[in-house]
Amino acid sequence: MKDIKRRIAFNKFWNNLFLIAGLLSTLVGLVLLFALMANLLIDGASRLSYKFFTSFPSRFPNEAGILSAWVGSFLVLIVTAFAAIPLGVAAGIYLEEYAKKNWLTDIIEINIANLAGVPSIVYGLLALGSFVYFFKFGESILTAGFTLALLILPMVIMATREAIRAIPNSIREASYAMGATKWQTVQSHIIPYSTGGILTGVIIGLSRAIGETAPIITIGALTFIAFLPSSPFSSEFPFISFKWLNDPFTVLPIQMFNWVSRPQREFQLNAAAAGIVLMVMTLLMNGFAIYVRYRFRKRIKW
Amino acid sequence: MKRNRGKKIKEIIIEAILFFCALSSIFITIGIVFILSYESLGFFKEVSIKEFLTETQWTPLFAEPKFGILPLVSGTLLTTAIALVVALPLGLTVTVYLSEYAPHKLRETIKPVLELLAAVPTVVYGYFALLFLTPLLQKFIPDLSGFNALSPGIIMGIMIIPYVSSVSEDAMKAVPMHIREGSYAMGATKLQTAFKVVIPSAFSGIAAAFIMGISRAIGETMVVAIAAGMLPNFTVNPLEPVQTLTGYIVQVSLGDVPHGTIEYKTIFAAGMTLFLMTLCFNILGFWLRKRIREAY
Repeated sequence: MKDIKRRIAFNKFWNNLFLIAGLLSTLVGLVLLFALMANLLIDGASRLSYKFFTSFPSRFPNEAGILSAWVGSFLVLIVTAFAAIPLGVAAGIYLEEYAKKNWLTDIIEINIANLAGVPSIVYGLLALGSFVYFFKFGESILTAGFTLALLILPMVIMATREAIRAIPNSIREASYAMGATKWQTVQSHIIPYSTGGILTGVIIGLSRAIGETAPIITIGALTFIAFLPSSPFSSEFPFISFKWLNDPFTVLPIQMFNWVSRPQREFQLNAAAAGIVLMVMTLLMNGFAIYVRYRFRKRIKW
Repeated sequence: MKRNRGKKIKEIIIEAILFFCALSSIFITIGIVFILSYESLGFFKEVSIKEFLTETQWTPLFAEPKFGILPLVSGTLLTTAIALVVALPLGLTVTVYLSEYAPHKLRETIKPVLELLAAVPTVVYGYFALLFLTPLLQKFIPDLSGFNALSPGIIMGIMIIPYVSSVSEDAMKAVPMHIREGSYAMGATKLQTAFKVVIPSAFSGIAAAFIMGISRAIGETMVVAIAAGMLPNFTVNPLEPVQTLTGYIVQVSLGDVPHGTIEYKTIFAAGMTLFLMTLCFNILGFWLRKRIREAY
């Protein structure tokens, strides 16, 4: 009897020890995140000012700003969205609504799963060889946008598929029963009902794209850009210019990388400030995506 | 009836367009394999495979260039190993705690925070590794050089915890409740149930999660580019600066490398090595994940 009691006490002791260990381990991640944000804020908050957002980088750390960086990020993100959304959503719709269960579909699905695991810098190498030199797009915003679009494509496709899968089959069958064709069903029912989920996935993908540095460095974005790409608005007809797609550029994470690599302490403060801007943008986009998902779920009642 | 034919043609065209969009993923993979192979083949015309695989120095930009990939591979593997040493125990403990112990409310609060850890841009992690963690570690390890493998390794480990933990948790949730209840009925504690019953049942899924984590750590670029240094170093000492495959590609891309030169081709050779390494781990992880789906 005493032996059993001892055994039970022993087991309970280790159980409770693990409970504490589990709690502590979970806290490690939290503590790290907190330390990271505190570190960024302590170092960088002093550099955040209107001047910081509207100045170009400079040799003098006190004059340097992120104007070319955030404009570049914004423009690249537009190209990424235009490239990734149609391609990804179309692929997702095909795979969920049209694809038959054959070997080709399996290969496509394996491919998408594999592409999700390819390191981002390999996408940069792909873009370097193809977009920059073969298609002759050069080291431009267009190339960067396409590269990031390829990077987030698996995410958009998977988000689309999840969103479409959530739609109950009864809706599809009711539509077919009314005599609608497949495309009419997709157009009038599937797409409207899955828009929320797709939008959430796209925004999360874009928030990932905005923080990507490695592929953009690989395709040759320069780190010291003291000018803006051409304006998309021109003074003559048709009032919209596409020249900016071909201009050299930089993006926010590259600017931060450039400043972090400098030995002077003042540049590191600038890097911290740029890091704050990046974190805030990432958090806002993720938060917005969650909000979109929440609002959408409230509206839809199956 | 003629109207029906017009509709039918429209349907076929739309399906074809959607099909080609789905097919694009295959084109991307083909593109990656083709570009890497094409440039690597060009590289191996000038450098023997034997030198590539056995030479212990990587100095392609010197007057007398040496093209041994071992220093870069060792740099990658060293940082990945450190990341694993951090992520394996911590990740497993966090996963078991969240899945078996934590009260529901706590779980719902912790999980978004873990997802936030995964959403932080890697440059920011690199900044943190170089300017916060390394000085902090230097207080305890005076021999630690400013650029080293330990600091980015630890940060990478924490970076992949959310990644690893969500897949492991899915695997553990897939274990039916009655198996756990049988164990509790025999008088086992939660700890014993978790480690002797649930984890062995979910083993394939957990292994798949960690293998995916390894693959992610191998491909990580910015953290090591910022904090590990730009010096290829064939060593197992984490206190020294090292350069990884990814860090090398970044270093060359930052400089001026004309198209077609041997230096240009080295980044593709390094990229090919990287791609093959992650491909092996991805395939292994994918195969393991298929196995758990079949088991239940």
